Amino acid sequence: MEVLMAVVIGILFMSATYLMLSKSILRIIIGTGLLSHGAHLLILTMGGLKHGTAVPLLGEQAESYVDPLPQALILTAIVISFGVTSFFLVLAYRTYQELGTDNMDQLRGKEANE
Amino acid sequence: MSLLHWAIFSPFLAALFVPLLFKHFRSIHTGWFVLIVPTLLFTYFFQSIPKTSNGEILSESLAWIPSLKVNIDVYLDGLSLLFALLITGIGSLVILYSIFYLDKTKEKLHSFYVYLLIFMGAMLGLVLSDNLIVLYMFWEFTSFSSFLLIGYWHHRERSRYGAQKSMLITVLGGLSMLGGAVLLAFMGETFSVRELIGKSGELTAHPVFNATILLILLGAFTKSAQFPFHIWLPDAMEAPTPVSAYLHSATMVKAGIYLVARLSPVFAESGLWLWLIAGFGILTLFWGSFSAVKQTDLKAILAYSTISQLGMIMSLLGLGAAALHYENMNENIYMAATVAAVFHLINHATFKGSLFMAAGIIDHETGTRDIRKLGGLMNFMPITFTITLIGALSMAGVPPFNGFLSKEMFFAAMILVTEMDLFNLDTWGVLLPVIAWTGSIFTFIYSLIIAFKPFTGVFRPEMLEKKPHEAPIGMLIPPVILASLVIIFGLFPNLLASSIIEPVVAAIQPGLAKNEFHVHISPWHGFEPELFMTIGVIIFGVLLYLTLDKWNKIYGILPDRFSLNRFYDALIKGVEKVSLSITKLFMTGYIRTYLVYIFLFFILSLGFTLFWKDAFAFDSENTAAIGIYELILATIIAVGAIAILFAKSRLTSIIILGAVGYMVSIFFVLFRAPDLALTQLVIETISVALFLLCFYHLPKLPSRKEERMTFKLNNALISIGVGVIVALIALSSHSNKLFDSISGYYVENAYKEAGGKNIVNVILVDFRGLDTMFEITVLGIAALGIFAMIKLRLTKEDDDG
Repeated sequence: MEVLMAVVIGILFMSATYLMLSKSILRIIIGTGLLSHGAHLLILTMGGLKHGTAVPLLGEQAESYVDPLPQALILTAIVISFGVTSFFLVLAYRTYQELGTDNMDQLRGKEANE
Repeated sequence: MSLLHWAIFSPFLAALFVPLLFKHFRSIHTGWFVLIVPTLLFTYFFQSIPKTSNGEILSESLAWIPSLKVNIDVYLDGLSLLFALLITGIGSLVILYSIFYLDKTKEKLHSFYVYLLIFMGAMLGLVLSDNLIVLYMFWEFTSFSSFLLIGYWHHRERSRYGAQKSMLITVLGGLSMLGGAVLLAFMGETFSVRELIGKSGELTAHPVFNATILLILLGAFTKSAQFPFHIWLPDAMEAPTPVSAYLHSATMVKAGIYLVARLSPVFAESGLWLWLIAGFGILTLFWGSFSAVKQTDLKAILAYSTISQLGMIMSLLGLGAAALHYENMNENIYMAATVAAVFHLINHATFKGSLFMAAGIIDHETGTRDIRKLGGLMNFMPITFTITLIGALSMAGVPPFNGFLSKEMFFAAMILVTEMDLFNLDTWGVLLPVIAWTGSIFTFIYSLIIAFKPFTGVFRPEMLEKKPHEAPIGMLIPPVILASLVIIFGLFPNLLASSIIEPVVAAIQPGLAKNEFHVHISPWHGFEPELFMTIGVIIFGVLLYLTLDKWNKIYGILPDRFSLNRFYDALIKGVEKVSLSITKLFMTGYIRTYLVYIFLFFILSLGFTLFWKDAFAFDSENTAAIGIYELILATIIAVGAIAILFAKSRLTSIIILGAVGYMVSIFFVLFRAPDLALTQLVIETISVALFLLCFYHLPKLPSRKEERMTFKLNNALISIGVGVIVALIALSSHSNKLFDSISGYYVENAYKEAGGKNIVNVILVDFRGLDTMFEITVLGIAALGIFAMIKLRLTKEDDDG
């Protein structure tokens, strides 16, 4: 399973990278979204995906539980990436409104002496 | 703080008070106050002569950074004393001269004297330091204060150019010297010069010994204007004349010579040292005197002549090192070279100082320094003429002045070279006296030019800005004193022999000087070959001077294009141009380009490490089985991730992103993470809603059409690279699990210690609550930021207002 997950994560990273290298702001933000999905799945996979273990709730009375630490880490990461993504989105929205473009090639700083 | 420390720091302290004095005593020329400092210092150092001539060494220590062994250790031996006397003595004369040279109403005297005092203190610190780091500190102080002094008239473009040039070159050498000092300390495990001298024997075999020599010598050569680093000195002539006389003839340019002399006992065993110093010295001597003849500006002639004379002293110091290799001889004749170097050092300071001052007088009283405009000034300025004549004849090496004696000793030393039988000197050594002799002929010619061109010939008042007249008496006193010294040292050279020169030679060659040795400079030593060389110089010199107009076309043979100055300018321009074009090449301004760099670095560094360290491992034993649901989900995510790339409209890609997000949350369900699944579902929903809100309601811009992403091979390769690297790292890190997880503790203690059954939540708010607190902060900041972005609409005008 971990091998399959590694491949899926690799594909997510690949798509994310390709999107981030594109011109439109929207695609870049979608790329960051895919990238964070990939990262979250990576953390989960690296924690181990053993079957036959229980949900990390002590009420289950199971022999062994799934590792709870990566889950806590991912939860934190999800919330943070959500905060950042929403900020980016509004920033992109404002850029679009103010400057009338979402093409990154047109969003270059002007050089002082030119 | 000992008296010696006070001597070093007093100019710095005095510099603090100069602006106050300048402000409150406008009627008195500030120079009069400043004059007190070097005069007192000179008296103090003068009193020390008997002590050092007995071989005593005054040494004092002052803790600065004891933990790094960097302390302000100072000591006064013969060599330091000679330089200290030059610095303070000529310093007093120069300040006296500047009082009459600089107008107290027109010039910014406070900055002038502050810079000059800083320079004086730095120079004293340099020659008195025993600690290499402290020596370096004062060394850079001299560079900086010299920079400030050259650029004193900073409204002139040439001044700024000269200041920048000298700064770049001397700081280049200074930094290289620092490298040499650090290597020296690394080899000898001490910063103390005297301790290093004691260890010189063991240093020679060290592998970095030759590198140290090169670094130290680069420092010394740039400071002392040796070929090819001499180019800053003629441009430094834009400084006020007192500065040129002080810094660029008597003191700062001799700092390199001081360094070579001071470290001679450490390095002199090496053939590299001897060859480099003697070779570059003699080359500089010839090139300086050859170039001086073609100059038309008095100060430029003097600058090139300084370069040439410094080369002469340098080459003598190099040859003096040969004395070490003939220890068995009863009477070490090679020591004569060192004696000649020291003697000429003193002589040069006296006659060059007086010549600069005389040139300054001519400039001051006529308004020009161009020898093509000057002529027939003898009747107007008889005293200045006398001073110039004495100085120039001494420089040319004519009896009975002191330059004659040192020139004779120089020739004698050069002839001795041919008898040496070490470091191939027996074959190539014969070149040295030939070059030296030719160089001396040119020295003779330009000395005559300085002495006669401005003062004899036709007087052309229409070319001059002012009506020439003799300088005020105060301006004449300093050069008269120096010119008198020229004659006194010429007639009674042994005044200096045991008092000054012997302790200096003892400092430069400590091992040898223990033997019975006495310096005796005789004004007449019989018909030796050097006497005939001098006669030859005079005859050829006079002949060539008289026929100057006929042969000075040879200077046109070497075009300006190939001059070192052109090379320097082209180098500076080239460096600027190349760096600008490099910057422009990769700083495109497109975010995409920078992302490409970042991703490429990521791929290459990780990929390289992975394969170089043979870190890739694949182990499928410890993996979980693949279930049918997982397989389906994985396929959907993979297909979705790729499909986004081909989506045409924004809406489609947003929806696919949402789909991938929901699949991820189902993964969380399958992998037994209920809290994650819940959060992921909610957040994905909100995110998609936000995406839609932002972009679905945007007005359609005419410039923007919905279109697919254009395929770019480079981007595709980079992204595939990133994906592969991440996958490989994921696989190999999973296959290399070294330790068990620490989660056993959380599982056992979630209820016992924290009283909660949901282990993930207990971790979030109890075991690792700090993370959560700051994650809340992140959300809060994001919310505030969004609010501010939407509400705060400052336009450009508001910003400016």
